[in-house]
Amino acid sequence: MIEIRSLTKTFGLKPVLRGIDLTIQPGEFLALVGPNGAGKSTLLRIVASLARPTFGRVRLNGYELPAQADPARRLLGVVSHHPLLYGDLTAEENLRFYGEMYAVPHLKHRIAEVLELVGLSKRRADLVRTFSRGMAQRLAIGRAILHSPQIMLFDEPHTGLDQDASAMLDNILKTVAARDSAPRTVLMISHDLPRALALAHRVAILSRGKIAYESPAAGLSPFDFARTYETLTNG
Amino acid sequence: MAEGIHREGAKSAKAINDSATVAPLRFTQYLRAVAAIVRKDVAAEIRSRELISAMLVFSLLVVLIFNFALELDRFARENVAAGVLWVTFIFAGTLGLNRTFAAEKDRGSFDGLLLAPVDRTTIYFGKLLATMIFMLIVEAIVIPVFSVLYGLSLIQPLLFAVVLLGTLGYAGVGTLLACMAVHTRTRDVLLPILLFPVTIPVVIAAVKSSAGILLASQWSDIAIWFNLLIVYDTIFIAIAFMVFDYLVEE
Repeated sequence: MIEIRSLTKTFGLKPVLRGIDLTIQPGEFLALVGPNGAGKSTLLRIVASLARPTFGRVRLNGYELPAQADPARRLLGVVSHHPLLYGDLTAEENLRFYGEMYAVPHLKHRIAEVLELVGLSKRRADLVRTFSRGMAQRLAIGRAILHSPQIMLFDEPHTGLDQDASAMLDNILKTVAARDSAPRTVLMISHDLPRALALAHRVAILSRGKIAYESPAAGLSPFDFARTYETLTNG
Repeated sequence: MAEGIHREGAKSAKAINDSATVAPLRFTQYLRAVAAIVRKDVAAEIRSRELISAMLVFSLLVVLIFNFALELDRFARENVAAGVLWVTFIFAGTLGLNRTFAAEKDRGSFDGLLLAPVDRTTIYFGKLLATMIFMLIVEAIVIPVFSVLYGLSLIQPLLFAVVLLGTLGYAGVGTLLACMAVHTRTRDVLLPILLFPVTIPVVIAAVKSSAGILLASQWSDIAIWFNLLIVYDTIFIAIAFMVFDYLVEE
């Protein structure tokens, strides 16, 4: 569960986030959309414990940030447009490194499972710098789920992918979010309105540092959502 | 199902924190995280050979240039050898330090390190040890070449101790300042400007200790500089341990 209360972030005198209140229930997939500069990435970096809020509270499954950031990070899996991988290491070596950082038990077995899940078992011994953007992003998802996090944060994971790679990534994201044991809580930042509607249970629009709109994705037509988005972000 | 082999969530984290075994468990995990960072950096360097080769070529060029430029007699060489040696090590070390966090930042993987659920000083110690390993490899190659060119015997156990302590002090401060400089646009220029003034004590102590050993001085003359190296290393690594977490926060 992600609980955000009165979250404010300023850079110098410039407010980027202005009193965000948002709750994402356990197992819920929320897609947050908004134009460039709306504060989406800043919000995600605060939830990921990579930045401190200026004011307000963020709790992840009861852990308060930034005071309890170390145990909270264990709950988090983050996939961003940067794959957070090392080109001079193989796919397996990358996962082993992150597995050691997260103290993942039965690491060898777990790496094999994750590589199978993201469809990279046959490329396990290849250097990541030889991977296409799509493959690197799939491995990045493998890195993010290696420690079986309860909360996933996706920061525009489709950036730079072609249509086929994006469709493949969608399938993996759906699988990752709806794991059999217990669905994960997911916060996804995106520019892509149709994709946000297709993947998420709930959508929200962030405009000028505030949550301007929230709605369940089911029953919301892409046309209506696009029109609302235009109104709220250009008005 | 495929990914359900383990789940360590809030409850298990709290259970670990509450148990009596928390300290040794956390310390073991701390050491494992440091070792993982060192292994990762060394493995990446073995593949790319970007850093060590550049540091090594640069060091050998500096040694050669000084050798031909100074054209000293044997007595004068003994007096300046320690200074030339440490200037070589420091310039080469700066090359390595410039890349230690810049490479992570450039490929966007620094956030991956910061997201790990371990004390962030593990990143500092991992990077410090990796930088030290690269510097010591270069130094191990440069010292024999230096011995031949300058006609001096540098293969002495006490000199190795000075090289180790001097490298630790320089890399210790350098790793901290490299982390500060990496967030700036002029990081390549900024790091030496920040680093050289702060490392003056370690450079002077290393040069004086090395010169004393090469000139076969009394231990009492060397000890003051040797002890200064130990104190400097201890103080600056302790400071780095205390402040590193604040340096990497946004």
